[in-house]
Amino acid sequence: MLLIPCPYCGPRPEIEFRYGGQAHVARAADPSALSDAEWAQFLYLRDNPRGRHAERWRHTNGCGRFFNCIRDTLTDKIAATYRIGETPPDLAAGAEARR
Amino acid sequence: MHFSFLSLLRQSFSGHAHWPEQWRSPEPKAAYDAVIVGAGGHGLATAYYMAAEHKFTNIAVVERGWLGGGNTGRNTTIIRSNYLWEESEALYEHSLKLWEGLSQALNYNVMFSPRGVMMLAHTVHDVQVAQRHIHANRLAGIDNEWLSPQQAKAFCPPLNVEKNVRYPVLGAALQRRGGVARHDAVAWGYARAASALGVDIIQNCEVTGIRRDATGAVSGVETTRGPIRTARVGVVAAGHTSVVLAMAGVRMPLESYPLQALVSEPVKPCFPCVVMSNTIHAYLSQSDKGELVIGAGTDAYTSYSQTGGLHIATHTLDAICELFPMFRRMRMLRNWGGIVDVTPDRSPIIGKTPVEGLYVNCGWGTGGFKATPGSGHVFAHTLATGEPHPINAPFTLDRFRTGRLIDEAAAAAVAH
Repeated sequence: MLLIPCPYCGPRPEIEFRYGGQAHVARAADPSALSDAEWAQFLYLRDNPRGRHAERWRHTNGCGRFFNCIRDTLTDKIAATYRIGETPPDLAAGAEARR
Repeated sequence: MHFSFLSLLRQSFSGHAHWPEQWRSPEPKAAYDAVIVGAGGHGLATAYYMAAEHKFTNIAVVERGWLGGGNTGRNTTIIRSNYLWEESEALYEHSLKLWEGLSQALNYNVMFSPRGVMMLAHTVHDVQVAQRHIHANRLAGIDNEWLSPQQAKAFCPPLNVEKNVRYPVLGAALQRRGGVARHDAVAWGYARAASALGVDIIQNCEVTGIRRDATGAVSGVETTRGPIRTARVGVVAAGHTSVVLAMAGVRMPLESYPLQALVSEPVKPCFPCVVMSNTIHAYLSQSDKGELVIGAGTDAYTSYSQTGGLHIATHTLDAICELFPMFRRMRMLRNWGGIVDVTPDRSPIIGKTPVEGLYVNCGWGTGGFKATPGSGHVFAHTLATGEPHPINAPFTLDRFRTGRLIDEAAAAAVAH
C-alpha cells in the first residue's frame, strides 16, 4: 500500500485516496473545433511511461481535495505531491540542491 | 520428437534422462520475413499459426526475458467465452473452440479442463446483467445458463448460499464449456510446435528500437543482441506495449496496471469448478497440484512494478472466506502481480498501426489468457496477409477515433 503525502493533510495510507489518472490533460478551449482524432487524443490517449509519471489523486476519505503527484511507475516511489494549479516541481533541480 | 505412449514408455526405461530439448535456442539471424516482439502465449501462438497456416517459417519471436515469463505465467488461467457483444463473442468463442482441440493440434498436453465457469450474482443488478449475458450468448450459440442459488450450490458444494453474509448469492451464470488450462504448458506447447516448424525463438533479447525507412515504413528492430532487418513487426508485449510502440512514435490508448494473483498451500481435490464474482472480486479454482488459484483485482494506479498493495489481495480473501467458509484457515503460499494493458473499452486492439509494417496485438487487460489461441490465430492472419481476419476486423486501433467501441467495460463493469 502506498503512503501518499496529501499536500493538505500530510502522509496518509492509499486506501483513503482515489486515483485520478494522468495529470495536466488540458480540456480544449474550443471543443467544437476539435477533429475526431483530437477528441480521441483528449478522451483516450494517455501517457503510460515506465518511469516518472504525473498523476492526479483525490483524498476522498480525507479532505476530499484533488492534488497532483509525481510517482515512478517502476518503483512506485512518490517523488512529490503538489496542489492543483501549482506548476510541477523541477525534481532534477531539487535533487541537485539537496546534494 | 512426437509425444505418445510409446515415447513415454521408451524414456521411462532410461529414467527420463534423455528427453531432448523441446525448442531450439538459435542466435538471431540478420533478417527475417517477420519479427514478433514478445514470447508470451499470444506471441508464440501467433508465430505457430503463421508457420502452420500461412507458411511463414523465416520468422523470429524475440523476448526480453524468458518465454512465458510475463502474464502467461502469472494469471489464473480462466477460460470462457460468455461475453456480451457480438464482436467479443466471435473472438472468444473462436478461441474456446481452438482450446478444445489444442492438445491434439500441438501434440502437447495443455491440460485444458472444461470444468465449468460459474459467475455469481449478488445484487438485483448482477442478476439482470447475468441474464442479459445469457440471452445474448444463447443468440450467438454460446452455452451459458442461469442457476438458482440451490443449483449453484449443487454444482459447487463448498459455496455458501445462506443469507448470513454481506452479499448473499442470488444466483449464477454457468458456462459448462469454460474451465482452466495449464498456463506454462500453453507457452511451452506453442514454442515447441513453432520451433519445430522453423520459427526462431530468441530469449534474453530486448527490443530497444524500431527502425524505419525513408517512407516511414518499418525496416527492422534494434535489439540487445544486435539489429534485425524485417519489413513486418508484430508487437505482442502486453503491459509494455506502450513502451515498445513509443519507439515508433505511436501513442496508444493503454494504461498499464498491476493485477495480482495468489496461490494457497496445496490440498486434496475439494473444489470442482471455477467460480468468479465480479461484484466482490473473487476468482477461484483449484489447480491439479492442489493449490487454490486466486485472482484479485487491479491496483488503483498505473505501474510497471509487478507487485501491488496487500490490501487488494486481502479484499479478495475476505470475499472468498465469506463465500467458502471451509477455506478460512487455508494458508497462502505466494502472491505476485502481472502488468496488464487496459484499453478504455476493455476490449483488445488487434491490427494495424499508423506505421506501415507495424502491427499490434494488445489491450487484453485482465483477461487475455483465455484468448491465447484465438488471438494468435487471427493476429497471424493479420501479420501474414496485411489485412485483418474477419474476427479481429472490429478490434482496430482506429475505433477510438471513430467511436465504434466494443464496450465490455460497461458490459461487465469490472475485471474479466
